[in-house]
Amino acid sequence: MLARPGLPDFEYRKAGSPQEVFTLLKERGPDIKLMMGGTDLFIQMRDRNSGPGMLLDIKGLPGIQDIEFDQKSGLKVGAAVTLNQISSQEDIQEYYPVLCQSADTVGNYQLRNRATLGGNICNASPSADMAPALLIYDAEVVLVSPRGERMLPVSEFWVGPGKTALEDDEYLSTIQFPLPPEGAVGQYIKLGRSKMGDLAVVGVAVLGFSDPDNTAGIRFRVGINSTAPTPYRVPVVEDYLAQNPLSEEVFNKAAEDAMEISAPIEDVRATALYQKKMVRNLTLKGLKQVWAGLK
Amino acid sequence: MANHEITLIVNGQEEELLVPSNMTLLHALREVLGLTGTKNGCEAGECGACTVLVDGEPVNSCLTLAVELDGREITTVEGLAENGKITPLQAEFVELNAVQCGYCTPGMLMAATALLKRNPKPTEEDIQKALVGNLCRCTGYQRIIDAILEASRNGGAQ
Repeated sequence: MLARPGLPDFEYRKAGSPQEVFTLLKERGPDIKLMMGGTDLFIQMRDRNSGPGMLLDIKGLPGIQDIEFDQKSGLKVGAAVTLNQISSQEDIQEYYPVLCQSADTVGNYQLRNRATLGGNICNASPSADMAPALLIYDAEVVLVSPRGERMLPVSEFWVGPGKTALEDDEYLSTIQFPLPPEGAVGQYIKLGRSKMGDLAVVGVAVLGFSDPDNTAGIRFRVGINSTAPTPYRVPVVEDYLAQNPLSEEVFNKAAEDAMEISAPIEDVRATALYQKKMVRNLTLKGLKQVWAGLK
Repeated sequence: MANHEITLIVNGQEEELLVPSNMTLLHALREVLGLTGTKNGCEAGECGACTVLVDGEPVNSCLTLAVELDGREITTVEGLAENGKITPLQAEFVELNAVQCGYCTPGMLMAATALLKRNPKPTEEDIQKALVGNLCRCTGYQRIIDAILEASRNGGAQ
């Protein structure tokens, strides 16, 4: 006997073509859930003891497991690329190291052999570990439907906890990243209840790069998860940092402002007050680390 | 309930199975093939007791559907020993008393076997990181880590 009742009943189908996905989505509508690694989905289905009538596995679609990198146009990652594939890919390690750092903090090695980048995005958890890195690298998602393809900045893809901008007949095929500014330095700092393997209580990603056009001479991007209905950037803080000569006081003020912008709720992992203070502390730590890396 | 005919290559042997959509690999191994070395712990991808290798890479069999793996190669703890001879890694687990209640041991062995294949000379920190997803509730971690370190000096996973 198994300790728990197992997964509720459903029908499994593996899609071989986008057309097949569109047809099934049209026929079965909300009774279908698209799946890739299943590492979030199966747990939700077990916990609720309910789920969709059909799981449509789309990780076999042509190109959806591909990684493409080009020195000019940047990076394209198929939605079904696993987190371990991201973290071991040399171009990503060199040009987008915060993606690798973030991937390595998700769950554990076995889980990351199944968990996909697209799944992490589509699950739309406010605490998604890949989200801050996607935000600071200005990622865009490619959404495919019978009407063709459309692209959205990843910041517009998340619309609430568990909610995305995907239409009923769409799926996420690719995540695209422009080439980061030359010499960019980045860092993801994650606080969990344990050192490794836990979900984020707060996660902050910082990217810094030289920008002679502003007073500071450096431009920072800051992406934060787990402390609002969706992961978010803090443009007010980023602009403040650009407009002032960098100093201990300026970093402190920026971190305080990030804390003010954050809007966590009380949850099982931490109180709202604690999360707010950790937004301040991790933002400060991240900014200082990245600044030190740029010098 | 939709059933699927699939073929799994389990520990080198071809197995034809009829599995419902919602049957996990863990369930198929234990309940259909009778390979009870793979353990069921949390069913949430946290404890690692169900770890097996799929095409050489460790996965949580509790979070993998059997039907997804048609045609793939699965290695369970039963498939580590060859001709009755345990691997150097298993031998070090015995030698260094890295087993207490034993429930986590199959998952530990599979995760460590995969680690030694991709990194034959891991540091203690590499081992800790590779075992984040394997919980030992007897908390016998140090001896497990020692056994893996020792095995890496004495022939690795094979």
